[in-house]
Amino acid sequence: MRKLPVLLALVSTLATATVVAKDVTLLNASYDPTRELYRDVDTVFAAQWKAQHGDNLTIELSNGGSGKQARSVVDGLAADVVTLALAYDIDAIADHGLLAKNWQQRLPDNASPYTSTIVFLVRKGNPKGIKDWPDLIKSGVQVITPNPKTSGGARWNFLAAWGYALKQPGGNEAKAQNFVRQLYQHVPVLDTGARGATNTFVQRGVGDVLLAWENEALLAKQELGNDAFEIVVPSVSILAEPPVAVVDKNVDKHGTRAIAEAYLKFLYSPQGQEIEAKHFYRPRSPDVAKQFAAQFPKVNTFTIKDVFGTWRQTQAKFFADGAIFDQIGPGT
Amino acid sequence: MSTHASTRPVRWPRRLVRGLFILIAVSFLALFLLLPLAIVFIEAFREGVSAYFATIKQGDALSAIRLTLLVAAIAVPLNLVFGVAAAWAMARFEFHGKALLGAFIDLPFSISPVISGLVYVLLFGAQGWFGPWLDAHGVKIIFAVPGLVLATVFITLPFVARELIPLMQSQGSEEEEAARVLGANGWQMFFRVTVPNIRWALLYGVLLCNARAMGEFGAVSVVSGHIRGLTTTMPLEVEMRYNEYDYVGAFAVASLLALLALLTLLVKTLLEWRYGGEIAAHAPGGH
Amino acid sequence: MRHRILPGFGISLGYALTYLGLIVLLPLAALVWKASGIGIEGLIHLLAAPRTLAALRLSFGSALLAALINAVIGLLVAWVLVRYRFPGRRLFDALVDLPFALPTAVAGIALTALYAPNGWLGSWLASWGIKVAYTPLGVLVAMVFVGFPFVVRTLQPVLESLDRDVEEAAESLGARRWQTFLRVILPMLAPALLTGFALALARAVGEYGSVIFIAGNIPMRSEIAPLLIVQKLEQFDYAGAAALSTAMLLFSFVLLVVITLLQRWSSRWMEKTR
Repeated sequence: MRKLPVLLALVSTLATATVVAKDVTLLNASYDPTRELYRDVDTVFAAQWKAQHGDNLTIELSNGGSGKQARSVVDGLAADVVTLALAYDIDAIADHGLLAKNWQQRLPDNASPYTSTIVFLVRKGNPKGIKDWPDLIKSGVQVITPNPKTSGGARWNFLAAWGYALKQPGGNEAKAQNFVRQLYQHVPVLDTGARGATNTFVQRGVGDVLLAWENEALLAKQELGNDAFEIVVPSVSILAEPPVAVVDKNVDKHGTRAIAEAYLKFLYSPQGQEIEAKHFYRPRSPDVAKQFAAQFPKVNTFTIKDVFGTWRQTQAKFFADGAIFDQIGPGT
Repeated sequence: MSTHASTRPVRWPRRLVRGLFILIAVSFLALFLLLPLAIVFIEAFREGVSAYFATIKQGDALSAIRLTLLVAAIAVPLNLVFGVAAAWAMARFEFHGKALLGAFIDLPFSISPVISGLVYVLLFGAQGWFGPWLDAHGVKIIFAVPGLVLATVFITLPFVARELIPLMQSQGSEEEEAARVLGANGWQMFFRVTVPNIRWALLYGVLLCNARAMGEFGAVSVVSGHIRGLTTTMPLEVEMRYNEYDYVGAFAVASLLALLALLTLLVKTLLEWRYGGEIAAHAPGGH
Repeated sequence: MRHRILPGFGISLGYALTYLGLIVLLPLAALVWKASGIGIEGLIHLLAAPRTLAALRLSFGSALLAALINAVIGLLVAWVLVRYRFPGRRLFDALVDLPFALPTAVAGIALTALYAPNGWLGSWLASWGIKVAYTPLGVLVAMVFVGFPFVVRTLQPVLESLDRDVEEAAESLGARRWQTFLRVILPMLAPALLTGFALALARAVGEYGSVIFIAGNIPMRSEIAPLLIVQKLEQFDYAGAAALSTAMLLFSFVLLVVITLLQRWSSRWMEKTR
C-alpha cells in the first residue's frame, strides 16, 4: 500500500506525457504516380507536426486510378484526404454526401496546390518535326494517348486539344470537334491508362508522339533512364489542376479534421511547394516557380473554367456514354 | 498379333509419333509460356542483380508477400473442403438439378474479374446491402483483409471441385461400394479408398487454386483499397510500382510471384517422387 | 438411387449448397439487383448498341476460339506430359500453371513485349505480314494464355488414372493407334476435356487485365466487353456496369449448362459402353 502514492505519481506523469503524444493515423487516397511525391511530403509534414504538437503521425497512402479511388472512398475506404487527378472524381464523392459540395472553394487555387500541363513526348531528334498541335494530324504521324473514358488523366489530353483548336483565329465548336476527330484518327492504340500508353510508346516503340502530363513525361524520362526522348511544349495547352480535399465525414468520424486540414495547407506552404516542384509538378507559388524555372518552360495555358465551365458539364458533354468522344473517337 | 498389318498403309513408327508429339508440345510451351516468363526475369534483372535485390527489399514488398501468403493460406483450405464435398455429391449421387449445380460451381470463372470484386462491394460497401450495419458495428470487410480473402475465395472456388468431378466420374464408385460392403464406415471408406484414388487430382486442384489465389489481381484490386503496406497483395504491388514508372521494381515483384508458383510445383514433384510407387499401386485397374 | 450404399449425400450436398449460396449466389443476387436499376428498356438499349454488340462478339468469339485451341493443344500437352518421359519434362509441367500465378497485367505486358512490332516474335511475324499486338489477334493470344492451364490440368489426373489395359487390349486386338485413341481413349477423356474447354472459355470471356495491354482497345474493332464495363464504372454508372456484366454472365451461364449437359451425356455413354 505504501507504494500507491509512488505509483499514482508515475501514472500521472505518464498521463500528462500521453496527453501530448498521441498516435494519429491519416489516410491519403491519391491517384497513380504520386507515391514518391507524397512519401517526401509525408516525411516532412509528420516531422513538423510532431515538433509542433508532439503527436506521432503516421500517414498511410493509397494509390490507384483516380476514378477508382473515388469509387473506393464512396464505397467506404476511410480516407481522411483525397488527392486525385480531376475535380469530377471528388464531385462524385461529394454527391454521396461524404464532403461539402463547395469543397473546391475551401482551399485556394481551385483546391489544386500544384498543377501540370499537357506536353508532347517525341523520339530523339524529333524525326517527324512535331512542334505544335497541328503537327499531330499530319499524315503519317501516329499519336499515343490513353482512352479518356477509362483514364482521368487522358481527359485533360482531349480537352487540351479541343481548347487549342477553339482558341485559334476563327475557331469554333465545329472546328474544334473536327480537329479532335482527326487527332483521334491518328491514334492506333487506345490504352486504358497513362502508364500503359507510356509503355506502348516508350517500350513497344509504337507511335511518333505521346500526349502526356508534363510531370509524368519528366518522371518517365527520369525513371526509365532514357535519353531517347525529348519533351516538346506546344504553343497552347491546358492547365491540369489535380485537386485535393478533406473528406468531411471520415475526418469527423476519426477526429482528424485539424490534422487533415493542416496537411492540405502544408501542400501550399513554401516547403510543400518545393517538394512538389522537385517531383515535377508546377508549383502555384511564384517564388518557388522562379527557383525551378529551368525545369518548367513557359507555356500559355487555359483552365477548364476558362473554356469548358465546370467538370460536371465537361464530363456530360464530352465523356458520358454517347457524348462527343463516343461520336468522334477512334473506331467511329 | 497384328494380322492386318499387310492391308494397312504405312504405320508411323511409334518413336516418330512420340517425337513429333513431344516436339509440338514443347515448342508450344516454350513459345507461349517460357518466353513470357523469360521476359519477366529479363526485365526484373535489367539493371543488374544488386538492383533486383535492392528493389525487392525496398518499400512494401515484404508486407505484400506476407499478405499474399496469408490470403492464400485461408482461401485454399476453404475451397479444398468445399471442392471435396461438392465432388462427392456430384460424382456419386444422382439428383435433380445436378447440371445446374455444376454450372453454378463454374460461375465464378465466367464473371469478369472487373466485376467479381464489385459484387462484394455491392454487399459490404458503404452503399451496399450490409454496409450501414457493418459500419455501425465497427466491422471492416471491404478495404481490409476479410474482403481480400472473400474475393480470392470467390475467384478460386471452382478449382478443386472441377479437378475432382471428372476424375471421380470416370473412376466410378465400385471400390467405395466394396469397402462399404466389407464393413468400412463412412470416414474409413473416404480416407482409405476415396482419398488415395483422388489424391493427384486433389493436389492439382490445390496447386491451381493456390497459384490463382496468389496471382489474382482484378477482383482483389476492387476490394483492397490499395493502402500501401496494409492491404496490398503482390499483384497489386506489381501494378502500383508499374504505374509509378518503377519498371524494374514491378517486374522484380512479378518474378517473385512466378518463383512462388514454381516452388509449389517443386513440392508437387517431390511428392510425386516420394509417393510415385504408391500411385501405381492405387491406380484403378492396377488391382 | 443407384448408390444408396454410399454415405454422405445429405451432408456433402448441403454443405456445398450453403457455401455456394454464401460465397457466390448472395453476391450475384446483389449484382442482379443493382442491374435491375436500369430497367428492361435501358437493358435493351444497352445491348442493342452496335458498340456493345461488337464488343460482345469479340469477347465471346475470341474466347470460343481460344478455348478450342486450348482443348486441342492442351490435350496434346497433357498426353505428352503424362505418357512420355523426356529431359525437361518436369520443368515444362511446372510451367503449365504459370498463367495463373502471373498477375494478369504482367502477363499482358510480357505478351505485348513479345508480340509488339519491336518484340522477339512480333518482329518475326511482321516480316510475314502478320500483326498480333494491338489487333483482335492479340486478344486471342492473351485469351489462349490465360485459359491454357485449365485443359491440361483437368486432363492430367484422368490420364494418369486411365486404365492402360484397355488400350493394350484394343491394340492387341489389332486396332490402329488412331482407332484406339478415338474409340477408347477419347471417350474416357471426354468429360474432363469438356470441363477444361468450358473453364477455359469462361475464363477467357471475362478476362480483362492481360487483354487490355495487347488489344489496342479501339472501339468496334478491338474493344472487349469487360472494357465497356470498366468505362461505365469510371462514370460511376454502377447500374449500367452491373447490367452489362449480368448479361455477359447469363450468356456464359447458358454455355456452361450446355457443356455440363454434354459432359453428363458423354459420361453416361461411357458407362454404358463399359
